[in-house]
Order: sequence, then C-alpha cells, then structure tokens
Amino acid sequence: MKSTILKDFLSETGDLTRFTMSFFREAFRPRYEFSEFLKQCYVIGNKTLPLVGITGFIMGLVITIQSHPSLKAFGAESWLPSVVSVSLVREIIPVITALICAGKIGSSIGAELGSMKVTEQIDAMEVSGTNPFKYLVVTRVFAATLILPILVVLSDAISLYGAYLGINLKQVVSFDLFTNQIFEKLTFSDVLPSIIKSYFFGFCIGIIGCFKGFYTINGTQGVGRSANSAVVTATFVVFIIDLMAAQIADIFQIT
Amino acid sequence: MQKEENKIQAVIQINDLKKSFGTNEVLRNFNLQLNEGENIVVLGKSGSGKSVLIKCIIGLIKPDSGSIKVFGEEVTDLSHDNLDKMRVKVGFLFQSNALYDSMTVRENLEFPLRRHWVQKGKENVNDLIIEALKNVGLAETIDMMPSELSGGMRKRIALARTLILKPKIILYDEPTSGLDPITGKEISRLMLDIQKKYNTSSIIISHDMNCVKITANRIILLIDGTCYASGTYDELKKSSDSKIKQFFD
Ligand SMILES: Nc1ncnc2c1ncn2[C@@H]1O[C@H](COP(=O)(O)OP(=O)(O)OP(=O)(O)O)[C@@H](O)[C@H]1O
Ligand SMILES: [Mg+2]
Repeated sequence: MKSTILKDFLSETGDLTRFTMSFFREAFRPRYEFSEFLKQCYVIGNKTLPLVGITGFIMGLVITIQSHPSLKAFGAESWLPSVVSVSLVREIIPVITALICAGKIGSSIGAELGSMKVTEQIDAMEVSGTNPFKYLVVTRVFAATLILPILVVLSDAISLYGAYLGINLKQVVSFDLFTNQIFEKLTFSDVLPSIIKSYFFGFCIGIIGCFKGFYTINGTQGVGRSANSAVVTATFVVFIIDLMAAQIADIFQIT
Repeated sequence: MQKEENKIQAVIQINDLKKSFGTNEVLRNFNLQLNEGENIVVLGKSGSGKSVLIKCIIGLIKPDSGSIKVFGEEVTDLSHDNLDKMRVKVGFLFQSNALYDSMTVRENLEFPLRRHWVQKGKENVNDLIIEALKNVGLAETIDMMPSELSGGMRKRIALARTLILKPKIILYDEPTSGLDPITGKEISRLMLDIQKKYNTSSIIISHDMNCVKITANRIILLIDGTCYASGTYDELKKSSDSKIKQFFD
C-alpha cells in the first residue's frame, strides 16, 4: 500500500517534469498564439482581481489591528506601519494571492482543459492543424506567470491602504507620515524577492492546472477530479516554493 | 472493370493493422483500401473499434503494428509537421462532434482556417463560413454558441467545420446519428454531392441504413477486429451468412 502511494507520487512527478520540459520546448518555437495569450491574461486577471483585492484589503486591516496591542505592550506603537508593511509585502500578500489563484485559476484551467479533453475538443484541434499544446497550455502558463506578480503588486498596494485605515482606527496618522514610515523600513530587497517568488507561483499554478487538465481520463467524473487535484497540488507546491524562497533569501542574506 | 482497376489510385491503404488497449484486442489484421472517389461505409457493432480505426488513420491513436498509407505516405512514420500537412487533406468528423464550446459557431468554423488566414484574407474567410453553413442549412446560427444548439444542429455544424477546408479524404464518424430521418437523408445527399463535386473519397461509419444506402459504394463489415466481409449494399444484403444478415434486418 505504502509503496504504491510512493510509486504514484514519483510517476506523477516524472510526468509533470516531462510536461514542463515539453512546455519549454514548445514555448519558444513558432508559431506564437499571441491573441489567445492576451485573452487568457484578461480572463485570468479579471477573474481573480476582485477577490485578490478584497482579501488584500482585509489582510492589511486585520494584521494591523491584531499587531497593535502587542507592539503597544512594548511601547513600540510607532513601529506599527513598518512592521506590518514588511510582513505584508514580504510574505503574507504573495502567499495569500498565490493560494487564491491556485484555487481560482488552477481549478478553472484544470476543469476547462479537462472537459475539452474528454469531449475530444483537444483532439479536434490536433486534427485541424493547431498544436493544442501551444494554443492551450503555453498561452495559459505564460498568462498565469505574467499576471500573478501584477496581482501581487496591486494587492500589496491595496493591503497597505488597509493597514493605513487600520492604524487610523486607534490613532490619527496622516497618510504622508504613514508612507514615510513604511518606506523607511520597506526596501527594494523586500519587494524584489516577493515579486520573483510570484513569477514562480504563477508558473507553477499554470503548469499544474494545464497538466491535470490535459491528462484527464474517465469522462466527466475525471474533470472534477482534475480540477480538484490541480488545486490541491498547486497549493502544496506554492508552500514548497515559499519555503525554498525563504531559504534562498536567507542564504543570500536578503533580509 | 478489371481494366479500370489498374488506373484507380488508392488514397488510403491499410495493411495488417493491429491495436489493443491492455488485454482488449480491438483491431487485429485489419486490411482496407480506399480508392480515389470512393465512399466506403464501415459497419460494425458498438465497441467493435470503428472509431479507433479512423483515429488511427488520422494519427490520433498510434497502432501497435501494421501500416497505414495515406496518399502513399506512412502515417505512423510522419513527423509532426508532415502529419499536419497530411491532415489538411483529410477531414475528420468526430462522433461526439467536438465543437469548441467556448467559441461561437463562426469561431468554430474559423478555427481550421486559422493557418490559411494570410493567404485567404478576411473577406474570403467570411464567405467560406457562410457557404459552409448554408450547405448544412444553418446560416442563421452563425453567432450562436454551441450550447444554444440542439444535438442535431451541433452535428451539422461539426459537419460544416469538417468540410470547410474541402479535404480530399473525409472520415465521417456517424454523420447522421441524432438526426431525424429527413435531415439525415439531406445530410447523406450532401455527402454524396460533395463526393461528386470535389471527387473526394470517404470512409463513413454509420448505423443508419438510409445513409448507408445513399452514400455507400462499398460496405465493409468490421467484426472481431478484422474485415469480415466487403461488398456493395445489394451484394451483402443477399448474403446468407448469419453474421452479415443481422446488420440488414
Ligand atoms: N482510449 C482508449 N483507451 C482504452 N480503450 C479504448 C480507448 N478507445 C477505445 N477503447 C476501446 O476500444 C474498443 C472500440 O472502441 P470504439 O470507440 O472504436 O468503438 P466503436 O466501434 O466506435 O463503437 P460505437 O459504435 O459505439 O461508437 C472499445 O472496447 C473501447 O473500450
Ligand atoms: Mg465510435
């Protein structure tokens, strides 16, 4: 029993690796499906932006409200903006955004490609002379890779505004002072790793969703399973990447 | 007859085709020759491997062994680019229609034309689409989504999409299933018209005897993974073999 689970895991990992390699093989060879790529960027961004924005706002607000008492206990109330902004920008917002996207984008790509697979639409593309891998997979993976960092930056901004409101619940801080305090502590080396990390989040969410969808079997039942396992796997991988990113940042002393 | 046969060219030549899924032997030693300008109907029970057969021809399924020659080229040996070139000349109608359900009818029909866009120009593409839709009697559906159409209408849109590139060989997987007898007959006539007009050759999978009667030049019975019998409609109908007879009762 144990050995079959291990075997399944390893063969799945192998398949995913092969899939990723064929992505890189196909991605940089013509022809390029540019209009489909733009359409996917729009779909992915448009679909997740409201949710990501609201979550970012609430996160900023909540983290500020909750950090307030403990900082106050140390008499370090004036540190609130810088402490909160660093933890939001460095860790919380990228990961939360990635998790939301893993849920929304991962499942929708998995389900969409999965249903195209079981209703033979992917085969139909193949016989009508369009490479379905290029048309469906490459465009979606690039779109997710490009859009996720943008969502993270937007959500960063929204969450910092949330933090500003959170601080003003308890005390009066002008917006100028607030931003000054933030940018005293928040540096380029906080923002850059989180953005680089977001590219990897986006790439993995896209490729896992496509992988699960593209190899859907067992009809309609399989579509649900693909969407589901795309979300689970992508979520898991987001945490793995986050862990690795933290280690790498530590090694290079980007702290 | 004998004299003519030398002149006739085989467009599809299948020899000793074998395909199994696990222990399920679907095709064993299947042979077939499709000549230019000929319509062959393949009859067989559900699950006998008819769809598998034509998917092997178009290169969607890799056979275990045997040879499939389309226009003299071995399908299993073709590189991906050459396979694409071959597929321009071969139309394929899916049993499940396989319409792209995120696209309108117009975009569905545009899809096979995508890579010919530059040569053909937007205007011509539009004319082609309207002509293809008129052929199947559905010109008014051009801006609808496939989900808004009835099953039979989807079948006809799929047929229009197959025919839009005017392929030399057409592989039909149950072109008239789900259609009323009248529309079924119209579609069968359309298939015959296309064959006459463009001198196409086709392999037709069908259970619909009206369609078979109208379109078939020759019928092949696929039983137990091999070509069990072959002949014209009248020849097979007269046969006394019980396995053949059950198809014609
Ligand atoms: N991808 C596949 N994987 C495993 N088995 C398959 C696959 N495709 C087809 N089969 C098997 O091959 C056999 C033939 O299937 P096929 O779809 O060709 O039947 P068919 O003759 O077209 O039947 P129908 O008239 O119902 O369409 C079936 O037993 C089916 O289970
Ligand atoms: Mg079939």
